[in-house]
Amino acid sequence: MSDALIQLIIILALALVVVAYAFGNSAILVWVERKLCGHIQRRPGPCEVGPFGLFQTAIDGIKLMGKQIIIPRNADKRLFMVAPVLSFVPPIIALMVIPFSKHVQVRDLDIGLLFVLSLAAMNVLAILIAGWSSANKYSLFGAVRAVAQNVAYEIPLLICLITAVMWTGSLSLGDIVNAQGGTWFIFYPWGFVAFLVYFITGMAETNRAPFDMPEAESELTAGFHTEYAGMGFGLFFLGEYTNMLLMASLATALFLGGYNLPFIELTGDGVMTELLRVFIFLAKAYGMIIVMIWIRWTFPRVRFDQLMNFCWKILIPVSMANLAITALVMKLGEL
Amino acid sequence: MIATIKEIIGGAKSLLVGMSITAKYGMSKTVTAHYPFETLDITPNFRGHIDLVVNTKTGKHKCISCMMCQRTCPSGCIEIKAEKPEGAKKKQLVEYHLDFTKCSLCGNCVEVCPTKALEYSNEYNLVGTSRHDFHFELVERVVKRADAMGIVVVEEKAEEPKPEKAAAEAPVGDDNSE
Repeated sequence: MSDALIQLIIILALALVVVAYAFGNSAILVWVERKLCGHIQRRPGPCEVGPFGLFQTAIDGIKLMGKQIIIPRNADKRLFMVAPVLSFVPPIIALMVIPFSKHVQVRDLDIGLLFVLSLAAMNVLAILIAGWSSANKYSLFGAVRAVAQNVAYEIPLLICLITAVMWTGSLSLGDIVNAQGGTWFIFYPWGFVAFLVYFITGMAETNRAPFDMPEAESELTAGFHTEYAGMGFGLFFLGEYTNMLLMASLATALFLGGYNLPFIELTGDGVMTELLRVFIFLAKAYGMIIVMIWIRWTFPRVRFDQLMNFCWKILIPVSMANLAITALVMKLGEL
Repeated sequence: MIATIKEIIGGAKSLLVGMSITAKYGMSKTVTAHYPFETLDITPNFRGHIDLVVNTKTGKHKCISCMMCQRTCPSGCIEIKAEKPEGAKKKQLVEYHLDFTKCSLCGNCVEVCPTKALEYSNEYNLVGTSRHDFHFELVERVVKRADAMGIVVVEEKAEEPKPEKAAAEAPVGDDNSE
Protein backbone atom coordinates (compact mmCIF):
# COMPACT_ATOMS: atom_id res chain seq x y z
CA MET A 1 0.00 0.00 0.00
CA SER A 2 2.68 2.48 1.03
CA ASP A 3 4.65 1.36 -2.00
CA ALA A 4 1.80 2.41 -4.29
CA LEU A 5 1.57 5.72 -2.43
CA ILE A 6 5.25 6.42 -3.00
CA GLN A 7 4.79 5.55 -6.65
CA LEU A 8 1.89 7.98 -6.86
CA ILE A 9 3.88 10.76 -5.23
CA ILE A 10 6.77 10.18 -7.61
CA ILE A 11 4.45 10.29 -10.60
CA LEU A 12 2.78 13.48 -9.36
CA ALA A 13 6.13 15.14 -8.74
CA LEU A 14 7.32 14.19 -12.22
CA ALA A 15 4.07 15.45 -13.72
CA LEU A 16 4.67 18.75 -11.95
CA VAL A 17 8.15 18.91 -13.43
CA VAL A 18 6.72 18.29 -16.90
CA VAL A 19 4.15 21.08 -16.46
CA ALA A 20 6.83 23.49 -15.24
CA TYR A 21 8.98 22.48 -18.17
CA ALA A 22 6.11 23.14 -20.59
CA PHE A 23 5.67 26.65 -19.18
CA GLY A 24 9.39 27.40 -19.24
CA ASN A 25 9.65 25.99 -22.74
CA SER A 26 6.90 28.31 -24.01
CA ALA A 27 8.49 31.33 -22.38
CA ILE A 28 11.88 30.59 -23.90
CA LEU A 29 10.44 29.70 -27.31
CA VAL A 30 8.49 32.96 -27.54
CA TRP A 31 11.73 34.80 -26.81
CA VAL A 32 13.66 32.70 -29.36
CA GLU A 33 10.97 33.24 -31.96
CA ARG A 34 10.91 37.00 -31.51
CA LYS A 35 14.68 37.18 -31.47
CA LEU A 36 15.09 35.08 -34.62
CA CYS A 37 12.30 36.96 -36.38
CA GLY A 38 13.97 40.22 -35.47
CA HIS A 39 17.37 39.20 -36.74
CA ILE A 40 15.91 37.85 -40.00
CA GLN A 41 14.33 41.27 -40.47
CA ARG A 42 17.62 42.90 -39.37
CA ARG A 43 16.15 44.16 -36.10
CA PRO A 44 17.56 43.19 -32.70
CA GLY A 45 14.28 41.79 -31.34
CA PRO A 46 13.50 42.17 -27.64
CA CYS A 47 16.61 43.64 -26.03
CA GLU A 48 15.61 45.98 -23.21
CA VAL A 49 14.01 43.86 -20.47
CA GLY A 50 16.75 41.88 -18.75
CA PRO A 51 19.90 40.57 -20.42
CA PHE A 52 19.23 40.24 -24.18
CA GLY A 53 15.54 40.87 -23.46
CA LEU A 54 15.20 37.48 -21.77
CA PHE A 55 12.60 38.66 -19.26
CA GLN A 56 10.35 40.12 -21.95
CA THR A 57 8.19 37.00 -22.06
CA ALA A 58 7.82 36.97 -18.27
CA ILE A 59 6.65 40.58 -18.35
CA ASP A 60 4.26 39.80 -21.20
CA GLY A 61 2.90 36.84 -19.25
CA ILE A 62 2.24 39.06 -16.24
CA LYS A 63 0.54 41.56 -18.50
CA LEU A 64 -1.69 38.84 -19.99
CA MET A 65 -2.60 37.56 -16.53
CA GLY A 66 -3.53 41.05 -15.41
CA LYS A 67 -5.89 41.61 -18.29
CA GLN A 68 -9.63 41.26 -18.02
CA ILE A 69 -11.17 38.18 -19.62
CA ILE A 70 -14.01 39.42 -21.77
CA ILE A 71 -16.77 37.00 -22.74
CA PRO A 72 -18.86 38.16 -25.71
CA ARG A 73 -22.57 38.52 -24.99
CA ASN A 74 -23.74 35.87 -27.45
CA ALA A 75 -20.94 33.46 -26.66
CA ASP A 76 -21.53 30.03 -25.22
CA LYS A 77 -19.90 30.89 -21.90
CA ARG A 78 -19.04 27.42 -20.69
CA LEU A 79 -17.49 26.25 -23.95
CA PHE A 80 -15.79 29.60 -24.37
CA MET A 81 -13.97 29.13 -21.06
CA VAL A 82 -13.18 25.45 -21.67
CA ALA A 83 -11.57 25.88 -25.10
CA PRO A 84 -8.24 27.48 -24.04
CA VAL A 85 -7.75 24.91 -21.30
CA LEU A 86 -8.51 22.15 -23.77
CA SER A 87 -5.91 23.57 -26.11
CA PHE A 88 -3.24 23.81 -23.42
CA VAL A 89 -3.62 20.71 -21.25
CA PRO A 90 -3.47 17.80 -23.77
CA PRO A 91 -0.02 18.60 -25.20
CA ILE A 92 1.34 18.85 -21.64
CA ILE A 93 -0.11 15.46 -20.75
CA ALA A 94 1.31 14.05 -23.96
CA LEU A 95 4.78 15.26 -22.93
CA MET A 96 4.73 12.63 -20.18
CA VAL A 97 5.44 9.74 -22.53
CA ILE A 98 8.22 11.50 -24.42
CA PRO A 99 11.52 9.68 -23.74
CA PHE A 100 13.94 12.52 -23.04
CA SER A 101 16.49 9.86 -22.14
CA LYS A 102 16.53 6.21 -21.14
CA HIS A 103 15.14 6.94 -17.68
CA VAL A 104 13.92 10.52 -17.94
CA GLN A 105 10.41 9.67 -19.00
CA VAL A 106 7.38 9.92 -16.75
CA ARG A 107 5.69 6.80 -18.09
CA ASP A 108 6.73 4.51 -20.94
CA LEU A 109 3.30 3.39 -22.11
CA ASP A 110 3.06 0.41 -24.47
CA ILE A 111 0.80 2.51 -26.67
CA GLY A 112 2.78 5.71 -26.15
CA LEU A 113 2.50 6.84 -29.74
CA LEU A 114 -1.27 6.34 -29.87
CA PHE A 115 -1.52 8.21 -26.56
CA VAL A 116 0.37 11.20 -27.99
CA LEU A 117 -1.63 11.22 -31.21
CA SER A 118 -5.00 11.04 -29.51
CA LEU A 119 -4.04 13.94 -27.25
CA ALA A 120 -2.58 15.95 -30.13
CA ALA A 121 -5.90 15.55 -31.96
CA MET A 122 -7.61 17.33 -29.07
CA ASN A 123 -6.06 20.55 -30.32
CA VAL A 124 -8.47 20.56 -33.29
CA LEU A 125 -11.39 20.08 -30.94
CA ALA A 126 -10.21 23.01 -28.81
CA ILE A 127 -9.95 25.25 -31.86
CA LEU A 128 -13.37 24.14 -33.09
CA ILE A 129 -14.95 24.84 -29.71
CA ALA A 130 -13.20 28.20 -29.45
CA GLY A 131 -14.34 29.24 -32.90
CA TRP A 132 -17.88 28.03 -32.49
CA SER A 133 -18.51 29.38 -28.99
CA SER A 134 -17.15 32.86 -29.73
CA ALA A 135 -20.24 33.78 -31.81
CA ASN A 136 -17.99 35.61 -34.21
CA LYS A 137 -17.74 34.99 -37.94
CA TYR A 138 -13.97 35.38 -38.01
CA SER A 139 -13.60 32.85 -35.22
CA LEU A 140 -15.97 30.41 -36.89
CA PHE A 141 -14.14 30.63 -40.20
CA GLY A 142 -10.84 30.12 -38.44
CA ALA A 143 -12.24 27.04 -36.74
CA VAL A 144 -13.69 25.66 -39.98
CA ARG A 145 -10.37 26.10 -41.70
CA ALA A 146 -8.52 24.51 -38.80
CA VAL A 147 -10.73 21.44 -38.88
CA ALA A 148 -10.51 21.02 -42.66
CA GLN A 149 -6.75 21.48 -42.56
CA ASN A 150 -6.06 19.25 -39.58
CA VAL A 151 -8.29 16.42 -40.79
CA ALA A 152 -6.53 16.50 -44.16
CA TYR A 153 -3.00 16.68 -42.76
CA GLU A 154 -3.58 14.04 -40.14
CA ILE A 155 -3.68 11.37 -42.86
CA PRO A 156 -0.12 11.76 -44.19
CA LEU A 157 1.05 12.35 -40.61
CA LEU A 158 -0.36 9.03 -39.47
CA ILE A 159 0.95 7.20 -42.52
CA CYS A 160 4.46 8.51 -41.81
CA LEU A 161 4.22 7.45 -38.20
CA ILE A 162 3.00 4.01 -39.28
CA THR A 163 6.08 3.76 -41.49
CA ALA A 164 8.31 4.44 -38.51
CA VAL A 165 6.31 2.07 -36.29
CA MET A 166 6.57 -0.70 -38.90
CA TRP A 167 10.30 -0.23 -39.13
CA THR A 168 10.90 -0.30 -35.40
CA GLY A 169 8.08 -2.71 -34.56
CA SER A 170 6.69 -1.00 -31.47
CA LEU A 171 4.23 1.66 -30.35
CA SER A 172 6.12 2.40 -27.17
CA LEU A 173 8.28 5.47 -27.67
CA GLY A 174 11.08 4.11 -25.49
CA ASP A 175 11.25 0.92 -27.54
CA ILE A 176 11.14 2.86 -30.79
CA VAL A 177 14.19 4.88 -29.75
CA ASN A 178 16.05 1.80 -28.54
CA ALA A 179 15.24 -0.09 -31.75
CA GLN A 180 16.90 2.63 -33.80
CA GLY A 181 20.09 2.80 -31.78
CA GLY A 182 22.90 4.45 -33.69
CA THR A 183 21.34 4.01 -37.15
CA TRP A 184 18.50 6.47 -37.04
CA PHE A 185 15.43 5.89 -39.18
CA ILE A 186 16.19 9.07 -41.13
CA PHE A 187 19.39 7.47 -42.53
CA TYR A 188 17.31 5.20 -44.77
CA PRO A 189 15.87 6.85 -47.91
CA TRP A 190 12.31 5.81 -46.96
CA GLY A 191 12.92 7.10 -43.48
CA PHE A 192 14.09 10.44 -44.86
CA VAL A 193 10.99 10.83 -47.04
CA ALA A 194 8.78 9.90 -44.09
CA PHE A 195 10.59 12.47 -41.95
CA LEU A 196 10.16 15.22 -44.54
CA VAL A 197 6.44 14.53 -44.92
CA TYR A 198 6.08 14.34 -41.15
CA PHE A 199 7.87 17.66 -40.73
CA ILE A 200 5.57 19.41 -43.22
CA THR A 201 2.40 17.91 -41.77
CA GLY A 202 3.64 18.63 -38.26
CA MET A 203 3.88 22.31 -39.13
CA ALA A 204 0.37 22.19 -40.56
CA GLU A 205 -0.95 20.34 -37.51
CA THR A 206 0.47 22.95 -35.13
CA ASN A 207 -1.00 25.69 -37.34
CA ARG A 208 2.35 27.33 -37.90
CA ALA A 209 3.12 29.61 -40.83
CA PRO A 210 3.15 29.01 -43.79
CA PHE A 211 0.14 26.86 -42.85
CA ASP A 212 -1.43 29.20 -40.28
CA MET A 213 -4.73 29.50 -42.09
CA PRO A 214 -6.86 29.27 -38.90
CA GLU A 215 -5.39 32.55 -37.67
CA ALA A 216 -4.63 34.28 -40.96
CA GLU A 217 -4.64 37.84 -39.66
CA SER A 218 -4.98 39.49 -43.06
CA GLU A 219 -8.31 37.79 -43.64
CA LEU A 220 -9.62 36.66 -40.26
CA THR A 221 -8.28 39.26 -37.77
CA ALA A 222 -6.93 36.56 -35.44
CA GLY A 223 -9.02 33.58 -36.52
CA PHE A 224 -10.32 31.32 -33.81
CA HIS A 225 -8.88 33.35 -30.91
CA THR A 226 -10.24 36.73 -32.07
CA GLU A 227 -12.52 37.07 -29.05
CA TYR A 228 -10.02 35.86 -26.45
CA ALA A 229 -8.31 38.43 -24.28
CA GLY A 230 -5.81 38.09 -21.47
CA MET A 231 -4.95 34.63 -20.25
CA GLY A 232 -7.45 32.91 -22.58
CA PHE A 233 -5.28 34.03 -25.45
CA GLY A 234 -2.21 33.29 -23.35
CA LEU A 235 -3.26 29.67 -22.93
CA PHE A 236 -3.77 29.25 -26.67
CA PHE A 237 -0.31 30.69 -27.12
CA LEU A 238 1.19 28.32 -24.55
CA GLY A 239 -0.67 25.45 -26.20
CA GLU A 240 0.76 26.32 -29.59
CA TYR A 241 4.33 26.32 -28.34
CA THR A 242 3.86 23.15 -26.31
CA ASN A 243 2.41 21.53 -29.41
CA MET A 244 5.49 22.58 -31.35
CA LEU A 245 7.69 20.97 -28.72
CA LEU A 246 5.56 17.83 -28.84
CA MET A 247 5.79 17.59 -32.63
CA ALA A 248 9.55 18.14 -32.54
CA SER A 249 10.03 15.62 -29.72
CA LEU A 250 7.97 13.02 -31.55
CA ALA A 251 10.02 13.55 -34.70
CA THR A 252 13.20 13.24 -32.65
CA ALA A 253 12.06 10.00 -31.06
CA LEU A 254 10.71 8.41 -34.23
CA PHE A 255 13.08 9.56 -36.96
CA LEU A 256 16.17 11.13 -35.40
CA GLY A 257 17.05 8.30 -33.02
CA GLY A 258 15.89 10.05 -29.86
CA TYR A 259 18.72 10.33 -27.35
CA ASN A 260 21.21 8.36 -29.45
CA LEU A 261 24.26 9.77 -31.19
CA PRO A 262 24.66 8.78 -34.85
CA PHE A 263 26.51 5.46 -35.29
CA ILE A 264 27.80 5.49 -31.71
CA GLU A 265 26.06 3.51 -28.99
CA LEU A 266 25.97 5.30 -25.67
CA THR A 267 26.34 2.67 -22.98
CA GLY A 268 25.99 3.00 -19.25
CA ASP A 269 23.28 4.30 -16.97
CA GLY A 270 25.26 6.85 -14.94
CA VAL A 271 23.93 10.29 -14.17
CA MET A 272 26.37 11.90 -16.58
CA THR A 273 25.37 9.65 -19.50
CA GLU A 274 21.72 10.32 -18.72
CA LEU A 275 22.35 14.07 -18.72
CA LEU A 276 24.22 13.72 -22.01
CA ARG A 277 21.28 11.81 -23.46
CA VAL A 278 18.82 14.48 -22.35
CA PHE A 279 21.08 17.08 -23.89
CA ILE A 280 21.24 15.18 -27.19
CA PHE A 281 17.47 14.76 -27.28
CA LEU A 282 16.76 18.41 -26.51
CA ALA A 283 19.40 19.61 -28.98
CA LYS A 284 17.65 17.66 -31.76
CA ALA A 285 14.16 18.78 -30.74
CA TYR A 286 15.08 22.45 -30.39
CA GLY A 287 17.07 22.34 -33.59
CA MET A 288 13.89 21.29 -35.35
CA ILE A 289 11.88 23.98 -33.61
CA ILE A 290 14.39 26.60 -34.69
CA VAL A 291 14.05 25.37 -38.28
CA MET A 292 10.26 25.67 -37.90
CA ILE A 293 10.63 29.26 -36.70
CA TRP A 294 13.09 29.98 -39.51
CA ILE A 295 10.57 28.63 -42.05
CA ARG A 296 7.81 30.73 -40.53
CA TRP A 297 9.71 33.97 -41.04
CA THR A 298 10.84 33.02 -44.55
CA PHE A 299 7.74 31.96 -46.43
CA PRO A 300 4.43 33.72 -47.00
CA ARG A 301 1.17 32.05 -46.04
CA VAL A 302 -0.20 29.63 -48.64
CA ARG A 303 -3.68 29.98 -50.09
CA PHE A 304 -6.27 27.58 -48.73
CA ASP A 305 -6.82 25.66 -51.96
CA GLN A 306 -3.04 25.34 -52.40
CA LEU A 307 -2.85 24.00 -48.87
CA MET A 308 -5.49 21.34 -49.49
CA ASN A 309 -4.16 20.42 -52.93
CA PHE A 310 -0.69 20.02 -51.53
CA CYS A 311 -1.95 17.59 -48.94
CA TRP A 312 -4.34 15.50 -51.03
CA LYS A 313 -2.38 15.48 -54.28
CA ILE A 314 1.22 15.33 -53.09
CA LEU A 315 1.67 14.46 -49.44
CA ILE A 316 -0.81 11.60 -49.23
CA PRO A 317 0.35 9.81 -52.42
CA VAL A 318 4.01 10.29 -51.47
CA SER A 319 3.53 8.97 -47.96
CA MET A 320 1.43 6.03 -49.22
CA ALA A 321 4.09 5.11 -51.78
CA ASN A 322 6.71 5.47 -49.10
CA LEU A 323 4.77 3.15 -46.81
CA ALA A 324 4.49 0.55 -49.59
CA ILE A 325 8.22 0.78 -50.34
CA THR A 326 9.07 0.38 -46.65
CA ALA A 327 6.84 -2.70 -46.42
CA LEU A 328 8.47 -4.14 -49.52
CA VAL A 329 11.97 -3.53 -48.23
CA MET A 330 11.11 -5.14 -44.91
CA LYS A 331 9.59 -8.17 -46.61
CA LEU A 332 12.61 -8.53 -48.88
CA GLY A 333 14.88 -8.23 -45.87
CA GLU A 334 13.09 -11.12 -44.22
CA LEU A 335 13.50 -13.43 -47.19
CA MET B 1 3.67 12.47 -63.42
CA ILE B 2 7.14 13.60 -64.52
CA ALA B 3 5.93 17.19 -64.62
CA THR B 4 4.68 16.89 -61.04
CA ILE B 5 7.99 15.45 -59.85
CA LYS B 6 9.86 18.23 -61.62
CA GLU B 7 7.58 20.78 -59.98
CA ILE B 8 8.20 19.27 -56.55
CA ILE B 9 11.97 19.30 -57.01
CA GLY B 10 11.96 22.82 -58.44
CA GLY B 11 9.71 24.03 -55.64
CA ALA B 12 11.89 22.44 -52.97
CA LYS B 13 14.93 24.13 -54.49
CA SER B 14 13.24 27.52 -54.45
CA LEU B 15 12.26 26.99 -50.81
CA LEU B 16 15.90 26.31 -49.94
CA VAL B 17 16.99 29.44 -51.79
CA GLY B 18 14.49 31.48 -49.78
CA MET B 19 15.71 29.96 -46.53
CA SER B 20 19.34 30.64 -47.41
CA ILE B 21 18.47 34.30 -47.98
CA THR B 22 16.76 34.67 -44.60
CA ALA B 23 19.67 32.80 -42.98
CA LYS B 24 22.11 35.23 -44.55
CA TYR B 25 20.18 38.23 -43.27
CA GLY B 26 19.62 36.57 -39.93
CA MET B 27 23.37 36.21 -39.45
CA SER B 28 24.26 39.70 -40.64
CA LYS B 29 24.40 42.72 -38.36
CA THR B 30 21.18 44.43 -37.38
CA VAL B 31 20.61 47.89 -38.77
CA THR B 32 18.45 49.27 -35.98
CA ALA B 33 19.75 52.30 -34.09
CA HIS B 34 18.95 51.94 -30.40
CA TYR B 35 17.29 55.29 -30.47
CA PRO B 36 17.51 57.03 -27.13
CA PHE B 37 21.07 55.79 -26.61
CA GLU B 38 22.17 56.13 -30.18
CA THR B 39 21.10 58.69 -32.77
CA LEU B 40 21.66 58.81 -36.48
CA ASP B 41 23.23 61.72 -38.37
CA ILE B 42 20.52 63.74 -40.01
CA THR B 43 20.84 64.50 -43.69
CA PRO B 44 21.59 68.17 -44.37
CA ASN B 45 18.50 68.27 -46.57
CA PHE B 46 16.27 67.61 -43.55
CA ARG B 47 13.40 70.07 -43.33
CA GLY B 48 12.97 70.99 -39.72
CA HIS B 49 11.62 74.30 -38.51
CA ILE B 50 13.35 77.37 -39.85
CA ASP B 51 16.32 78.91 -38.16
CA LEU B 52 18.34 82.05 -38.74
CA VAL B 53 21.66 81.31 -40.41
CA VAL B 54 24.60 81.98 -38.13
CA ASN B 55 27.34 83.95 -39.79
CA THR B 56 30.38 81.83 -39.00
CA LYS B 57 32.69 84.88 -38.91
CA THR B 58 30.73 87.28 -36.75
CA GLY B 59 28.46 84.83 -34.95
CA LYS B 60 25.45 86.94 -35.85
CA HIS B 61 22.41 86.45 -38.06
CA LYS B 62 22.15 87.85 -41.56
CA CYS B 63 18.62 89.19 -41.30
CA ILE B 64 17.99 92.69 -42.65
CA SER B 65 14.41 92.84 -41.33
CA CYS B 66 12.87 93.23 -44.78
CA MET B 67 9.76 91.36 -43.55
CA MET B 68 9.52 89.34 -46.75
CA CYS B 69 9.26 86.04 -44.88
CA GLN B 70 6.52 87.36 -42.65
CA ARG B 71 4.57 88.58 -45.64
CA THR B 72 5.00 85.44 -47.70
CA CYS B 73 4.17 82.96 -44.96
CA PRO B 74 0.80 81.34 -45.90
CA SER B 75 0.15 80.23 -42.33
CA GLY B 76 1.14 83.47 -40.68
CA CYS B 77 3.50 81.85 -38.24
CA ILE B 78 6.33 84.38 -38.45
CA GLU B 79 6.25 87.57 -36.43
CA ILE B 80 9.17 89.94 -36.74
CA LYS B 81 9.87 92.90 -34.53
CA ALA B 82 12.49 95.27 -35.91
CA GLU B 83 13.54 98.74 -34.87
CA LYS B 84 15.53 101.54 -36.38
CA PRO B 85 17.58 103.14 -33.66
CA GLU B 86 18.19 106.87 -33.99
CA GLY B 87 20.98 107.68 -36.35
CA ALA B 88 21.28 104.14 -37.63
CA LYS B 89 21.14 103.46 -41.32
CA LYS B 90 19.63 100.00 -41.12
CA LYS B 91 16.74 98.44 -39.29
CA GLN B 92 17.75 96.02 -36.63
CA LEU B 93 16.07 92.78 -35.81
CA VAL B 94 14.86 92.64 -32.23
CA GLU B 95 12.62 89.59 -32.18
CA TYR B 96 11.98 86.83 -34.68
CA HIS B 97 9.06 84.87 -33.37
CA LEU B 98 8.19 81.53 -35.04
CA ASP B 99 4.97 79.73 -34.15
CA PHE B 100 5.90 76.23 -35.28
CA THR B 101 2.48 74.80 -34.44
CA LYS B 102 1.04 76.61 -37.47
CA CYS B 103 3.98 76.01 -39.80
CA SER B 104 3.35 73.68 -42.75
CA LEU B 105 7.05 73.53 -43.69
CA CYS B 106 6.36 74.92 -47.18
CA GLY B 107 9.70 76.68 -47.21
CA ASN B 108 8.47 79.84 -48.93
CA CYS B 109 10.21 81.97 -46.28
CA VAL B 110 13.57 80.33 -46.96
CA GLU B 111 13.14 80.80 -50.71
CA VAL B 112 12.03 84.39 -50.53
CA CYS B 113 14.78 85.61 -48.20
CA PRO B 114 16.99 88.04 -50.15
CA THR B 115 20.04 87.58 -47.92
CA LYS B 116 19.68 83.81 -47.44
CA ALA B 117 19.35 84.43 -43.74
CA LEU B 118 17.03 81.46 -43.16
CA GLU B 119 17.75 77.75 -43.16
CA TYR B 120 16.08 74.55 -42.04
CA SER B 121 17.24 73.28 -38.69
CA ASN B 122 18.22 69.65 -38.16
CA GLU B 123 16.20 69.24 -35.02
CA TYR B 124 13.79 66.32 -35.15
CA ASN B 125 13.56 65.57 -31.43
CA LEU B 126 10.89 68.18 -30.86
CA VAL B 127 8.80 67.21 -27.88
CA GLY B 128 6.78 69.41 -25.61
CA THR B 129 4.09 69.25 -22.99
CA SER B 130 2.22 72.31 -24.29
CA ARG B 131 1.87 74.03 -27.63
CA HIS B 132 3.78 77.00 -26.25
CA ASP B 133 6.89 74.84 -26.32
CA PHE B 134 6.84 75.20 -30.10
CA HIS B 135 6.91 78.98 -30.16
CA PHE B 136 10.55 79.65 -30.95
CA GLU B 137 12.47 82.87 -30.54
CA LEU B 138 15.00 82.63 -33.33
CA VAL B 139 17.19 85.60 -32.30
CA GLU B 140 17.81 83.96 -28.94
CA ARG B 141 18.51 80.69 -30.70
CA VAL B 142 21.17 82.37 -32.87
CA VAL B 143 23.04 83.48 -29.75
CA LYS B 144 22.84 79.99 -28.26
CA ARG B 145 23.81 78.24 -31.46
CA ALA B 146 26.76 80.57 -32.06
CA ASP B 147 27.83 79.74 -28.54
CA ALA B 148 27.43 76.02 -29.19
CA MET B 149 29.39 76.30 -32.42
CA GLY B 150 32.20 78.00 -30.52
CA ILE B 151 32.06 81.25 -32.47
CA VAL B 152 33.18 84.38 -30.67
CA VAL B 153 30.66 87.08 -31.39
CA VAL B 154 32.42 90.02 -33.01
CA GLU B 155 30.88 93.39 -32.27
CA GLU B 156 30.96 95.85 -35.15
CA LYS B 157 33.30 98.61 -33.93
CA ALA B 158 31.92 101.53 -35.92
CA GLU B 159 28.37 101.04 -34.73
CA GLU B 160 29.24 100.06 -31.22
CA PRO B 161 27.17 102.71 -29.41
CA LYS B 162 24.10 102.04 -31.50
CA PRO B 163 23.35 98.46 -30.38
CA GLU B 164 23.52 99.80 -26.83
CA LYS B 165 20.85 102.29 -27.69
CA ALA B 166 18.83 99.56 -29.27
CA ALA B 167 19.19 97.55 -26.09
CA ALA B 168 18.06 100.55 -24.10
CA GLU B 169 15.01 100.90 -26.23
CA ALA B 170 14.21 97.24 -26.14
CA PRO B 171 12.10 97.42 -22.96
CA VAL B 172 9.88 99.95 -24.71
CA GLY B 173 9.26 97.36 -27.39
CA ASP B 174 8.33 94.87 -24.72
CA ASP B 175 5.83 97.31 -23.28
CA ASN B 176 4.26 97.70 -26.69
CA SER B 177 3.85 93.98 -27.03
CA GLU B 178 1.95 93.86 -23.79
